[in-house]
Amino acid sequence: MSVAETKQISVRLRVRGLRKSYDGHPVLKGVDLEVERGEVFVIMGPSGSGKSVLLRHLIGLEAPDEGEVLVEGLPIHGPEVMERYRLAMVFQSGALLNSLNVAENVGLYLSEHRLKPPAEIERVVRDKLTLVGLKGVEAKMPSELSGGMKKRVSIARALVIEPQLILYDEPTSELDPLMAVTIGEEIVRLNEQTQATSVVVTHDRDLAFGIADRMAILLEGELRALGRPEEIRQCQDPAVKAFLEADFKFKRK
Amino acid sequence: MFQNIGEMLVLFWRTLKALPLAFRHGQKVLGQLFEIGNASLFMACVLSLFIGGVLSLQSGPVLAERGLSNLLGGIVGMSMCRELAPVMMAVLIAGRIGSSMAAEIGSMRVYQELDALRTMNINPIHYLVLPRVLAISLALPALVVFSVLTGWLGGALAAVYNPKIAITFSTYYSYLDLVVDPWDVINGLIKSFCFAVVIGVVSCHQGLTTIGGPRGIGRSVTKAVVNSIVLILILDYFLTQLLLHFE
Repeated sequence: MSVAETKQISVRLRVRGLRKSYDGHPVLKGVDLEVERGEVFVIMGPSGSGKSVLLRHLIGLEAPDEGEVLVEGLPIHGPEVMERYRLAMVFQSGALLNSLNVAENVGLYLSEHRLKPPAEIERVVRDKLTLVGLKGVEAKMPSELSGGMKKRVSIARALVIEPQLILYDEPTSELDPLMAVTIGEEIVRLNEQTQATSVVVTHDRDLAFGIADRMAILLEGELRALGRPEEIRQCQDPAVKAFLEADFKFKRK
Repeated sequence: MFQNIGEMLVLFWRTLKALPLAFRHGQKVLGQLFEIGNASLFMACVLSLFIGGVLSLQSGPVLAERGLSNLLGGIVGMSMCRELAPVMMAVLIAGRIGSSMAAEIGSMRVYQELDALRTMNINPIHYLVLPRVLAISLALPALVVFSVLTGWLGGALAAVYNPKIAITFSTYYSYLDLVVDPWDVINGLIKSFCFAVVIGVVSCHQGLTTIGGPRGIGRSVTKAVVNSIVLILILDYFLTQLLLHFE
């Protein structure tokens, strides 16, 4: 069954006993979770907790020491997954190809796999850029874009794939609060429009509670809480509470 | 070191396996060819003109003292096409093009562009390595042809206008024609093709395995150039031995 023949619009993701160490230092210590079809699942945790490493495992960029990641029951590192399902990732930095302009970046998947003729690719690129609120930037180079624009172009590039699973790595980092809200709204709106399963990794509590259908708290490589946002708020684990309730409390003299 | 060599051989094999996709990446190959030619042709010609000239200046007076100055065309002609042009051009291209390949792919690796390609199911070897290795393998032999011709010209100019040598153009070229045969030129082209593959694979490998930030990119560039030159000089010896068997 090829990508084109895959009718369902979202996929189920399962992670079993995922462990990963770098130079003997454990980063993931046995992570188990399931993401249901079409939901927005947020993995939240402080910097250095292993969120991005987990995300890289979810799309097959890293091989685990132990455990497995299954997309609709198929191992992510098997040859079948990329052939059967369309997966996409929005990188923290955007990871746009600096040698290509915006239109070439967004249309790269279609042009490299020769899925559509050039005129059609041009139309799709324009549509996707419009969808993320960008018009008339097709000819610009990535170096000419602001951080927020890069993120949006990166989202447009992911949308061109018409993904069944889309992963976002820190989508609001380095953005001002207004732009962060806009990106959060985009994620929810795109999830509603495309029905793609969305996994968002972030340390932004406002974003997480604002967009998540379900969420997980990852602390020092372990999942310490898993559930709906209101359940997470009720979590009594002291480390989770400390993370969720951390605030600026300065005494003014 | 052995791990590096192993990885480079694997990369070479995967690039070879991707060769049937070469036509699909024709535009990228042309783009790379233009970059290599544009960046190196003028420099290659200037360098070769002076290498030929120096060769004439060094050997001409010695030959002239013994009444053998007529042989100069043959000596310069043979040296340029069999050894100096392929090796000097390979060193030049390793410095100019190999370094830029390693830097470009290395920065793509550091800034997650390679990961982005993988998530789009685009193989970096097909997308980045194949066009570069193909382009450099076509460009270097072409540059060697220009290098040989300008090197011969440089040798001729030095031979004619230096009073200690003072032979005519026709003497120079008639002996060059007498000594150098097409096999000598082909010999140089075969060598340059092999050197080009080495530069392409070594530089792309260094780029693909870059770790760290800007410092890592710098390290990769240095290693790409140094390793390429070392391998070119070692390979030159063995290729010379091998090609002598076919004469």
